[in-house]
Amino acid sequence: MFTELLGQPFVHTALLAGAVVAVVCGAIGTFVVARGASFAVHAISELGFTGAAGALVIGIDPVAGMVAGSLLVGGVLGVLSLSGRERDSAIGAVLAFGLGVGVLFLSLYQGYATEATNLLFGSIVGVSDRQLAELTVVAAIVVIGIAAAYRPLLFSSVDPAAAEARGVPLRALSVLIFLLLALTTAEAIQVVGVLLVLTLVITPAAAAQRLTAKPATAILLSIVIALVATEGGILLSLQQPWPTSFFISTISFAAYLGARMRTWSS
Amino acid sequence: MATFADQGPRARAAVDGPVVRVRDLSVAFGKRVLWDGLGFDLAEGEFLAVLGPNGTGKTSLVRVLLGLLAPATGSVQVTGRPPLHARSRVGYVPQQRAFDRDLPLRGLDLVRLGLDGHRWGLGLRSRDSEERVRRALADVGATGYGDTPVGRLSGGEQQRLRIAQALVSDPALLLADEPLLSLDLASQRIVVDLLDRRRRDAGTPVVFVTHDVNPILSVADRVLYLGPGRWAIGTPAEVLTTETLSRLYDTPVDVLRVRGRIVVVGTPDDGGVHHHETEH
Repeated sequence: MFTELLGQPFVHTALLAGAVVAVVCGAIGTFVVARGASFAVHAISELGFTGAAGALVIGIDPVAGMVAGSLLVGGVLGVLSLSGRERDSAIGAVLAFGLGVGVLFLSLYQGYATEATNLLFGSIVGVSDRQLAELTVVAAIVVIGIAAAYRPLLFSSVDPAAAEARGVPLRALSVLIFLLLALTTAEAIQVVGVLLVLTLVITPAAAAQRLTAKPATAILLSIVIALVATEGGILLSLQQPWPTSFFISTISFAAYLGARMRTWSS
Repeated sequence: MATFADQGPRARAAVDGPVVRVRDLSVAFGKRVLWDGLGFDLAEGEFLAVLGPNGTGKTSLVRVLLGLLAPATGSVQVTGRPPLHARSRVGYVPQQRAFDRDLPLRGLDLVRLGLDGHRWGLGLRSRDSEERVRRALADVGATGYGDTPVGRLSGGEQQRLRIAQALVSDPALLLADEPLLSLDLASQRIVVDLLDRRRRDAGTPVVFVTHDVNPILSVADRVLYLGPGRWAIGTPAEVLTTETLSRLYDTPVDVLRVRGRIVVVGTPDDGGVHHHETEH
């Protein structure tokens, strides 16, 4: 059964899509964690859901609606570049309202409920070749964006006061990272769903930074953990027909727990 | 300990005339205008302490010198250029602010960001940049924790790294904004000594913003005291007097000298005594 499934083209597509998404999520996660912006990831993701639900209502591609919703919230958060509690409460307010609108859209939508479930919990095995191509293009944009701005992104994420004094444009970089994050989130939604985006964006980065203090190594480790979780999750769900998202989040969390335990005493 | 002498000639040669030139400067926040006609020069090797109560624009002055805040009136030149174009020649030491314990950043990464953190791209290591980072760490006595995650270091160790970060680009001017906050007395001493040594060895003038004059009393050449609405500049002996501060505060203020320390009594904003922030 398992080996039969492994031969199926849709499984290959799913594994490739999972790999592409894991690389971008792992790459951006370190910056997001350093900025303390985990909650923003969740907000961008849920507003992506609102955008997708809205797209379903008016009969266009939900992925387009999702990308639009994510980019809108990402852009707004980036421009505001709030910090601390102000950001926390502002995100909470926006997130709740956006989700409320999403609920309305879903009730207006007369189509199949599976579309909504897939958005919320992911549907990696349903990825088409065209979607894989789209995922790859968007992933390339994110990775190139991070590489091109790597040093100022790192500087402004870990040490904003000194970075600003050195002429690093904090606001422009805040917009950049949030837009890249929005694209990443829209990617991750297609694999693990709206509600589990954090498991690929935040958990691997949080685990990686307990294992190394070198910034570049932390990013690479985070990518590796996201890759193992995604590919492992897909393979396990072939063996045991439980939701892929469950396996992905479990492996990701296990890596996090392991990383914490390894450094428990220090 | 190593000295900065090998970096000295470069820092020295490029500046002709005063390193900082401020004329008729004021800054406006809405209708509130700070400093009327602030003016001073800062020469090579000078240590200028910027003192004054909260809200009189000490940090704003630093931001003007960094080109991050546009003046309402007046002109500012740093190394003969507008501050915006002199940034690469300015080293900045902010106040100590704790890093997350798990932040994936080592001491030498923090210092390296001072060298090339503003440049685009991945920044592949060159032998030259490795050497400069290594030397900057050695200059502040931080070689031992270059590989330690910054979040695991003490406040004093982090401030040494921040000084190395400010010095690694061989600046022509050093700006320090409350760099002693939440440091113990021994670490305060080290921070002041490192900045003092740099300006003596390399001639790099220092603008040092602080709410407590005592840790820098022995090294400050001049004091710029920003009061509510008025300001004064001169040697510590000229400015830190009962007469001058009473005029700045527009209320009777007593400047007392107790066991080599200066205590200001009677300012409206601080309950009467300038005090150290204590470690928490």
